[in-house]
Amino acid sequence: MHVPSGYGLHPQNYIAPSGHYPQGPGKMTSLPLDSQCGDYYSGLYMVPTQNMVTPNTANQQPGAQQMYGRGPPAPHIVGSTPGSFQGAASSASHLHTSASQPYSPFVNHYNSPAMYSANSSVASQGFPSTCGHYAMSTVSNATYPSVSYPSLPAGDPYGQQMFTSQNAPTVRPARDNSFSGHSMAISHPSPLPPPPSHQYHQQQSLSGCNTLSWSASGLPSTQDNLRNHTGSLATANSNPTNTAADSLSCPVMQNVQPLKSSPVVSTVLSGASSTRTPPAANRPAEPVASVTQPSELSQQKGVDSSSTTSSASPVPNSYDALEGGSYPDMLSSSASSPAPDPAPEPDPAPASAPAAPQPSKMAKPFGYGYPTLQPGYQNATAPLNSGVPPSSPAYSGFQQYAQYPGVNQLSSSLGGLSLQSSPQPESLRPVNLTQERNILPMTPVWAPVPNLNVDLKKLNCSPDSFRCTLTNIPQTQALLNKAKLPLGLLLHPFRDLTQLPVITSNTIVRCRSCRTYINPFVSFIDQRRWKCNLCYRVNDVPEEFMYNPLTRSYGEPHKRPEVQNSTVEFIASSDYMLRPPQPAVYLFVLDVSHNAVEAGYLTILCQSLLENLDKLPGDSRTRIGFMTFDSTIHFYNLQEGLSQPQMLIVSDIDDVFLPTPDSLLVNLYESKELIKDLLNALPNMFTNTRETHSALGPALQAAFKLMSPTGGRVSVFQTQLPSLGAGVLQSREDPNQRSSTKVVQHLGPATDFYKKLALDCSGQQTAVDLFLLSSQYSDLASLACMSKYSAGCIYYYPSFHYTHNPSQAEKLQKDLKRYLTRKIGFEAVMRIRCTKGLSMHTFHGNFFVRSTDLLSLANINPDAGFAVQLSIEENLTDTSLVCFQTALLYTSSKGERRIRVHTLCLPVVSSLADVYAGVDVQAAICLLANMAVDRSVSSSLSDARDALVNAVVDSLSAYGSTVSNLQHSALIAPSSLRLFPLYVLALLKQKAFRTGTSTRLDDRVYAMCQIKCQPLVHLMKMIHPNLYRIDRLTDEGAIHVNDRVVPQPPLQKLSAEKLTREGAFLMDCGSVFYIWIGKSCDNNFIEDVLGYPNFASIPQKLTHLPELDTLSSERARSFITWLRDNRPLSPILHVVKDESPAKTEFFQHLIEDRTEAAFSYYEFLLHIQQQICK
Amino acid sequence: MKFTFAAFCYMLVLLLTVTLIFCAIWHIIAFDELKTDYKNPIDQCNTLNPLVLPEYLIHAFFCVMFLCAAKWLMLGLNMPLSAYHIWRYMSRPVMSGPGLNDPTTITNADILAYCQKEGWCKLSFFLIS
Repeated sequence: MHVPSGYGLHPQNYIAPSGHYPQGPGKMTSLPLDSQCGDYYSGLYMVPTQNMVTPNTANQQPGAQQMYGRGPPAPHIVGSTPGSFQGAASSASHLHTSASQPYSPFVNHYNSPAMYSANSSVASQGFPSTCGHYAMSTVSNATYPSVSYPSLPAGDPYGQQMFTSQNAPTVRPARDNSFSGHSMAISHPSPLPPPPSHQYHQQQSLSGCNTLSWSASGLPSTQDNLRNHTGSLATANSNPTNTAADSLSCPVMQNVQPLKSSPVVSTVLSGASSTRTPPAANRPAEPVASVTQPSELSQQKGVDSSSTTSSASPVPNSYDALEGGSYPDMLSSSASSPAPDPAPEPDPAPASAPAAPQPSKMAKPFGYGYPTLQPGYQNATAPLNSGVPPSSPAYSGFQQYAQYPGVNQLSSSLGGLSLQSSPQPESLRPVNLTQERNILPMTPVWAPVPNLNVDLKKLNCSPDSFRCTLTNIPQTQALLNKAKLPLGLLLHPFRDLTQLPVITSNTIVRCRSCRTYINPFVSFIDQRRWKCNLCYRVNDVPEEFMYNPLTRSYGEPHKRPEVQNSTVEFIASSDYMLRPPQPAVYLFVLDVSHNAVEAGYLTILCQSLLENLDKLPGDSRTRIGFMTFDSTIHFYNLQEGLSQPQMLIVSDIDDVFLPTPDSLLVNLYESKELIKDLLNALPNMFTNTRETHSALGPALQAAFKLMSPTGGRVSVFQTQLPSLGAGVLQSREDPNQRSSTKVVQHLGPATDFYKKLALDCSGQQTAVDLFLLSSQYSDLASLACMSKYSAGCIYYYPSFHYTHNPSQAEKLQKDLKRYLTRKIGFEAVMRIRCTKGLSMHTFHGNFFVRSTDLLSLANINPDAGFAVQLSIEENLTDTSLVCFQTALLYTSSKGERRIRVHTLCLPVVSSLADVYAGVDVQAAICLLANMAVDRSVSSSLSDARDALVNAVVDSLSAYGSTVSNLQHSALIAPSSLRLFPLYVLALLKQKAFRTGTSTRLDDRVYAMCQIKCQPLVHLMKMIHPNLYRIDRLTDEGAIHVNDRVVPQPPLQKLSAEKLTREGAFLMDCGSVFYIWIGKSCDNNFIEDVLGYPNFASIPQKLTHLPELDTLSSERARSFITWLRDNRPLSPILHVVKDESPAKTEFFQHLIEDRTEAAFSYYEFLLHIQQQICK
Repeated sequence: MKFTFAAFCYMLVLLLTVTLIFCAIWHIIAFDELKTDYKNPIDQCNTLNPLVLPEYLIHAFFCVMFLCAAKWLMLGLNMPLSAYHIWRYMSRPVMSGPGLNDPTTITNADILAYCQKEGWCKLSFFLIS
């Protein structure tokens, strides 16, 4: 069933680059891929052959007719006259007219040319578009892979760290980037470079020196800047001087890792950060845009050609125009380019790039007398562009290698590891928990940095994407058991990254036995062979890999981008596809029963959709469809050419069929007018409905049928318990038991209907996202299964009403905006590999586990997090490092098959103290929370609570027994674990696990779903909210983000003792913000920030801060906006007055205080201490 | 008469044990395949689940036979397994069809290991008896 035409195209495209860029060394063009990959994946991949959808009309049509054929005999059809099919065909009316139109017209309809054309358009059109993409990638080949780290999103210090750290050690070799040929040509009056080999060494030495000096100079100068990357942008733009750059980069490092060693100079370039606006205008259309510098010519062959045939392109990960901008590039220079030019890269953006002046600036910061060596070579990038997004001409480089001695020396460098791993005094410092009053640090808690040697540290994966609960892996299972700590990984694989190296290469280099992708932690035995770091097999380096597109040099495989970055994205070839990449397909299944209409969500949804219709991720093949249901199922024919949307009603819910399978999912662009008409009409269509039943099950079955040929995303909006047809649910909640301290029942599903449906959907690459907007119990525990196993996501809006509950309505609106426009990956699979000796054990998140280490994800979205429990099967005595690799293969919304690979490397330790020193307490808590959710579903809630308490008791007592010299009366924890009891207490008071406080079953289940699928950063806020005092915000320690000054008030402990009546406090709970206003709060504050004259006049329900033109208002708002950035669930703001009834909501989050049903923090510590002494 | 019935019991049990051994082997192979990635858990569960109930029923049938034949020793040997079967079936995950294995949890390493161990134990038990 392959569509030959479609498929055929790809290879061509792939090869295309070589055509374009003949200059590249001949070696580059390698054959189209090895077959191994194909086998492998085909094994894994779920799509049964029949499904391969092909744009073949011929195939589909018979099916369709069959379907249809079933219709007439059955009385399904609404019209109920057999043989007549609903008035649909022509009558404009939406209601189901009992039309007695003959059957035949319908058939005609099918066969009608229009139909065909639509289909064929899929075939012909769709593919070409893909080609377009491919072509794009090709173009981008010219550009160099690079890690450019332009501005990171605010608030992501980690990400920044990672990137910067990678670059850091290097001297930033010269950089001028040539980004599209124009600017570059100009400058660089470079002296002739020494011969390459020589250069290399030189550079190394240079780098060493430079870094030191650099760091020295940089550090003092800037400390705060770190945090705000974006802020840095602005700065960068304004003063492109080196100092600016310094400040930018250095600080970054500092924050993240308070390291002593700061060889970490980051090379982040100002240029990189500076611009988001794509330099598109500049890009010349011709491939060979680049001009090369003369000097380079002399040096390297091939340099002159701007492009190489192969590989890496700095396409931003966000190919969508949304996120993208440009990629400012950092340019890179590679080892080959000898110029250690310290200067920051010029801003590639046309506007800001004054290329010429640059060189002069460069040298300054380093006091060293290096002559400006030759500017790195320029990579001219080829411009490109299909108008689509940003391909980035820019490029950044990997500068690291300058310092990085080469991977093959890695093992030797590891030898030094033991020295470093001497216990870190800070993380092991014993803390007496019962005596330490202020355990919570003033600033947010960062992830601990694995104790690796400096080179590896720089290469390691960002803790935002990949974290392990123990950053020092114990050598044996016995040691792990002794430590009594959970071992596992927390993943956020599809996180929005502002920059990520994208590699287009004919051969994706992988280990032949374990299929690991080549990564920074492999070792090169010699030029021709590399040793896999997971299974230790020795593999050959393919010919193509010998050539480094970045440096355009041959024979330096360890400098390839794959080996220089622990997070990379590959453009996969057709070997990684079982069928042509699917288009983006979106289906909305809407509840329109009386209850739903009453709640009024349709208006908000339709409005959001209308606004974001053009922003839906996808290409020209994007398809969209709508279904509504009450006790019957309504389909909407939106086929292009109709004058108005047609509604088709199927009332036989026991045996659902699709009335017109081909015209229900329509091309978004061709039928846009009809879709808009429908969206405008929908909210009012059902206003007078009296139907109270909801046939959710049958509607889902219909949706499944509709989606199964292509796969895609189904968004289900449901407002009540399903009451008809398959999947009927009964109310299981006993409201009187809500606050019971005993057994909480019904946390598991009541029926496996939804689970089975989800598995079927998952098999057809369809994910089901559930929006539950209900005012009463809707058995989320059962309904959630449809999303859990199909890799969907779940949103829950308790007591939603568009007028009575405006804050929920606003939240829905914001969530929808994010939901509709965020990135999406289709038909994805994720495989997690780890070093031999470790094994995966249990996975947490929303997916279906296809085999022991393969997760099948019908859709992947940037807000999905995963957790994995690990066990140590064999002793790790013969290795000093372990690695974990996550590979996520997905189809982007533009129809490209991509693989995103993250690799994390951690040291192995043999002493218990080292294990404790490396605990990542936040990761451990998140993993424990996931385990506790499983336990409460499979066993009982009280079991899960006990297990949580035992986790603290066991680990602290195990630690206590290792440090024998301490007095036993005190509760001692290593400093790395000092927050552990606090977080566990927070978990016990979390909605998911609390007892004794009235908690609705759905709320509880929703909290559990959140724990399972939220990434760590968001989950931590949910577990342990951040409390800030905001009535006295000052600019002290403030950071700059996008020209705004964001104050950074210190964190307060979550206790009423910190609340003073004179103050105003902001609590950040992840999905909701509370501002608590004390009774005697300063009237100036109330007036300046809230816009009311005094405390008494503040209304009970206030969800917005007015935009007032006062300093304190500005500060408060910029702080809140800053906190809001990058949240998947945009938080709603509640202003809570001291005496209002809503304050209980606020106070229940003060987890260090005693409540009627739970311990205070101090009591909890005493309780633990008792347990330990027992 | 009583003797012949007991003999008949033993003969029948012998035959049925062979089928049970077959089941156990099948079970072990299936889980092994699952562990080594050869099969899709959904397919695997679809093939395994229908076998579970017959296996349990056959075993329950043994017990009844031994009870009728008043073979207390054999009954004593088999009762624990029967009790285990009953417990196992009572605590199965929520599902509409017969069977024990849920494709969404079966790949969980703990459960997988448990099922494999169970298979081996049963195999040895049947071989002995």
